[in-house]
Amino acid sequence: MIKLLKNLRKKEWALAVVCLVLIIGQVWLELKMPDYMSQITVLVQTEGSQMSEIIKNGAYMLGCALGSLISAVIVGYLVSGISATFSKNIRKKLFDKVEDLAMSEIKEFSTSSLITRTTNDITQIQMLVAMGLQLSIKAPITAIWAITKILNKSWQWSALTGVGVVILLSVIATLMVIVIPKFKIVQKLIDKVNGVTRENLTGIRVVRAFNAEQYQEDKFEKVNTKLTNQQLFNQKTFAVLSPTMYLVMYFLTLSIYFVGAYLIKDSLMADKIELFGDMVVFSSYAMQVIMSFLMLAMIFMMVPRAQVSAERINEVLDTDITIKDGKIDSNTNKEVGTVEFKDVSFRYPDGDEYVLKDISFKANRGETVAFIGSTGSGKSTLINLVPRFYDVTEGEVLVDGINVKEYKQDFLHNKIGYVSQKAVIFNDTVKANVSYGDNGKGEISDEKIKKAIEVAQGKDFVEKMENGYETQMSQGGTNVSGGQKQRLSIARAIARDPEIYIFDDSFSALDYKTDSVLRKELKKYTGDKTTLMVAQRIGTIMNADKILVLDEGKIVGMGTHKELLKNCEVYKQIALSQLSKEELEDA
Amino acid sequence: MPRGGPMGRGGNPTDKAKDFKGAMKRLFSELKPFRILVYIALILAVLGSIMSIIAPNKLSTLTDEISEGLVINTDNLKTITDTITSSLNEENMQSKIEEILSMNLSEDTITQIMMSSEISEEDKQEFQTVMAKMQESEASNNGMSYISELPDSILQVILPETSYHDIEISTEDKIEFLKAIGSLETGEVKEDAISSIPENIKKALLDEIEIDGTKISSEDQIKFIELMSSMTDETDETELYSKIDEMPKSIQDVIEPFMDMDAIKKIALILASLYTASAIFTFIQSILMTDVANKFAKSLRSRISIKINKLPLRYFDKNAKGDILSRVTNDVDTIAQSMNQSLATLVSSTTLFLGTIIMMFYTNWIMALTAIFASLIGFVFMFLILGKSQKYFVARQVELGKLNGHIEEIYTGLNVVKVYNGKRLADEKFDVLNRNVYEANRKSQFLSGLMQPIMNFIGNFGYVAVCIVGALLTMNDIISFGVIVAFITYVRLFTSPLSQIAQAMTSLQSTGAASERVFEFLDEAEMSDESSLTKKLDKEKVKGNIEFDNVVFQYDNNPKPTIKNFSAKTEPGQKIAIVGPTGAGKTTLVNLLMKFYEINSGDIKIDGISTKELTRENIHDLFTMVLQDTWLFDGTIRENIVYNNENITDEEVREICKTVGLDHFVKTLPHGLDTLLSDNDAVSAGQKQLLTIARGMTKNTPFLILDEATSNVDTRTEELVQKAMDKLTEGKTSFIIAHRLSTIKNADLILVVNDGNIIEQGNHDQLMAKQGFYADLYNSQFDEL
Repeated sequence: MIKLLKNLRKKEWALAVVCLVLIIGQVWLELKMPDYMSQITVLVQTEGSQMSEIIKNGAYMLGCALGSLISAVIVGYLVSGISATFSKNIRKKLFDKVEDLAMSEIKEFSTSSLITRTTNDITQIQMLVAMGLQLSIKAPITAIWAITKILNKSWQWSALTGVGVVILLSVIATLMVIVIPKFKIVQKLIDKVNGVTRENLTGIRVVRAFNAEQYQEDKFEKVNTKLTNQQLFNQKTFAVLSPTMYLVMYFLTLSIYFVGAYLIKDSLMADKIELFGDMVVFSSYAMQVIMSFLMLAMIFMMVPRAQVSAERINEVLDTDITIKDGKIDSNTNKEVGTVEFKDVSFRYPDGDEYVLKDISFKANRGETVAFIGSTGSGKSTLINLVPRFYDVTEGEVLVDGINVKEYKQDFLHNKIGYVSQKAVIFNDTVKANVSYGDNGKGEISDEKIKKAIEVAQGKDFVEKMENGYETQMSQGGTNVSGGQKQRLSIARAIARDPEIYIFDDSFSALDYKTDSVLRKELKKYTGDKTTLMVAQRIGTIMNADKILVLDEGKIVGMGTHKELLKNCEVYKQIALSQLSKEELEDA
Repeated sequence: MPRGGPMGRGGNPTDKAKDFKGAMKRLFSELKPFRILVYIALILAVLGSIMSIIAPNKLSTLTDEISEGLVINTDNLKTITDTITSSLNEENMQSKIEEILSMNLSEDTITQIMMSSEISEEDKQEFQTVMAKMQESEASNNGMSYISELPDSILQVILPETSYHDIEISTEDKIEFLKAIGSLETGEVKEDAISSIPENIKKALLDEIEIDGTKISSEDQIKFIELMSSMTDETDETELYSKIDEMPKSIQDVIEPFMDMDAIKKIALILASLYTASAIFTFIQSILMTDVANKFAKSLRSRISIKINKLPLRYFDKNAKGDILSRVTNDVDTIAQSMNQSLATLVSSTTLFLGTIIMMFYTNWIMALTAIFASLIGFVFMFLILGKSQKYFVARQVELGKLNGHIEEIYTGLNVVKVYNGKRLADEKFDVLNRNVYEANRKSQFLSGLMQPIMNFIGNFGYVAVCIVGALLTMNDIISFGVIVAFITYVRLFTSPLSQIAQAMTSLQSTGAASERVFEFLDEAEMSDESSLTKKLDKEKVKGNIEFDNVVFQYDNNPKPTIKNFSAKTEPGQKIAIVGPTGAGKTTLVNLLMKFYEINSGDIKIDGISTKELTRENIHDLFTMVLQDTWLFDGTIRENIVYNNENITDEEVREICKTVGLDHFVKTLPHGLDTLLSDNDAVSAGQKQLLTIARGMTKNTPFLILDEATSNVDTRTEELVQKAMDKLTEGKTSFIIAHRLSTIKNADLILVVNDGNIIEQGNHDQLMAKQGFYADLYNSQFDEL
């Protein structure tokens, strides 16, 4: 938490200091009020008091109240500004950081966790700063100030107040020790209730097909009962707090008065009036002391929660960016459109096993190189090394004859047209989705966009949509089918006009026919562009110039379809699982 | 303070029920089973409030009692002063002094003096002069002053030892006394002279006074006189009080302030019991409400959970999962929370509010109006701000939603963002949205932060207003001081419930919205009742005929029917493949077969019996279904395979795992079959699919449906599974939907579906020979790149 607070800028610190001063003023005014209050009480109680005296004291008191109000308003304004700025800056910092993280790091955190960290966790922190900043300044100041004001009045009263504070704090502490760990359990149980409901909803057809309604309901009832019991325990335990607070506060007042009565009775006549005044003032100060300890307790309750969030945020912020930018930002080499892997090995930073081992090959300009292999063979990882989603552990990846690490990332990316396995659709128009990003060649013309969509076999469905190319895509592209999303993301790569196409299993969402037509059209359109593609279907890749067969991170075969059928057992098995012998020979 | 989760996720502040009244009415009618507990809780809340109104009154009585201890007993003080004054007044004094002195000026004495040889001639001379003066002024009473001029030798003679009221007064004392008062012209005794008066004469001069059983000796009275003498009219109270401290004990006892300790103890005891009772009431009340709220919430959750399984599938087509989920958790939680807090708060605050108003008007209407008016000004101001801030809260929610949406979008598509150099674009949008959130945050937070300070100010303002108006009224003798003291507490009591009521009302608003959503869901139309269906197919005896007869089906949200006049017939034990492009209606056919949806027209028959006449449960018993979506839940591998099929032995589970090729995978897991799936991300999509296939295999049924069941498995594994499946499907009628045409080549019947119609049917060879749609689809696999 403290580490995160270092992100406050000078301006915010300065404002915080202003807040501190204002809060001190506010506390001073607030602690001044009981004086006037008792003055007024005494005046009202004493016969023959001057009206003007009462009005004067009343005016002073109102002045204090107004001053404290104004100060509180200014502090509120400043603090809301500080906390909002703070969260804004942290969020920005976190967002920038996540954007720069390598895919391996993102995988480690998991995307959903990163989203939570950037949204909910920051909101948590902001709440703590907003409330905590004021309270944590005000509470101790009020407590200490109020204590010094009453300390020399009477030790009996001070002792009483001390007892009150001790009782209150020990009750709160006990509750915290008992209940706070239980809150985590409750959160888990809520997640479980959610989980069981979610699983019932997502698997509704399975549940019904298996006649498992009762099974699900029993399962739900079990967590539901657990949650309810835990909640009941927590809330009932907490129900002690409010009456205790009430009792401590009122019994403290009562005791102060009661003890006060004896003190007054036994005192010299001359001291009586003063003692009485002291008693009235003391009881209101004692309340202030109690209240400020309550506020402190509240902060202590808030801090652990925010602490968790802060740690989660810091974890991301402290991650070193492993992908460092290179320097090259213009074409210096004569080679164009080549991709070469030289003895590339890769493993995740904390992984033991190599995901890729000793990969070497070269894709020349205009060539199509395909990668095939079973799930987990490392084919996706391999092509993700080209746009530097990961950096190689050993060896090097060359694009146009230069190590990818030496390029400025923007420049490198401009050479690449990448289509991911899972189509990414942004919450924007079809057009904006296709012309997405910056290719270093200026804006992409409407014509080019239309052409790209046409090549990607998306023209028909896009033009059928209500607003054609201007149709708004929902987030995640839920208003179009999986195949349509994939076609749009392919169009995005085409519109970019890159040197090198990378298709990471981008065709499996398409039916065979669309797949085949699309590839044909693409070939026609792109001409001499280099293509790297990962695929599962033999049909998709059988005409590639070079096919690399991967198994457990190693190249087990390289060559054309025909060559591989002859000399690569793994390839043959894959092929045979999809097509009959005759078909393979026919093709 | 007690809240649901650590966050106490309250309702969305922007939430408003469409029909608040209706929603609340419904909520309360649903609460019927808990009615008695709720009533008790609410009564306790009311009682607690009433005590809150009484307690301050008692406290002010206590204060009054204590302040009694500050006021000296002026009555007694006056009595003492009066008594002393009267005993010292001129007439009394004159005669008293004469009596005390009992001067002997008889002829004998005079002769004795004149004859005495002990008395000097000078003195005798003096005596004669004085006697002559005394005779001259016979008429006046102040002969005393002349006597004091007499020489001691003569005085000794004329002032014999006498006794006055049993007090022996010696000649010496008399002489001394005469000397002390001698300087006086009148009979009055000067205070400074008194001290030099001999003790027994003092006693004789001032009678002992008895007040309230306390005797004040003459000595004490004299001391009192001495102390009081130094005071002037301007002497203030403090000086008076410090003088009192110097006074003799007897006088202090009489005039000292009297604090009725018994009364104080009694009030303190009453207060203590009031506080304790109120605390206990609050405690019981909150325990009761917690109980009711949580049990009610539990019942709502259970009802939702059961309801989910009673709704037709079409409901889920129209409604998002997240929406239903949020009803189970957030909405139910909002209801529970507001019942737990707002309901009791609302009742007790209203009681407090009304009670205070009644008490105020009962006590004094002018003061009541003052208190209400003073508070109202503040509240009008506060509600203005509250109204204005509502707008910013909505804005905050909206802006935060937008920003979170953007963050989610960028994070999930980060690889595309990176490689397309979309970072600048993403940053620009982020900055704008972040800025908007910042603005909304700042404003909403600022405004909501204003509430507390304003509340404080209202309280203080009311205090001062009541004091000033009260003082004014007191001066005109309209009210007593006690009224002001009472009003000081009333004004405090009056302002706090108002803001609580306002808060409770806002929270009730979101409760209204939440309960509306929950009950809306619970009221949703359920699947048709099947209790009247009596036909039943025994899964052991089913032959395996299925017939689609002119089936027409249209999704609710679709303008066109998805299945149009679909007719097909299968023989027992056949393997039927359904192929066709995405959106052709393949999955829909399966859904209809499983009676997940009711068909619009036509009929589906199993062994000649219409599915309309069979219960869903019966139909589901006949089918095994494996879907493309790998549906796994949090639990062990075993639980996921066995699912609700309780009669499966571990042996059988292992056997099945072996069949689908999972045994190696299971063996590598740390806890084998007992490995929890949730914390094991090592399970790949393919393995997940194999697990669902394994689950399907535990069910022994006459029919089998595989809807893209192997799409996530790589082709080599698929082949293995396929073999296992073939074993499984032996003798069973099976329906297979597949993208990969290799999977279905050996099917007995291939139905080629497009736009909800069968456009071709036959086996692979027949269809290839046809050179139609299927052949086209099949050949596209091998097209030139």
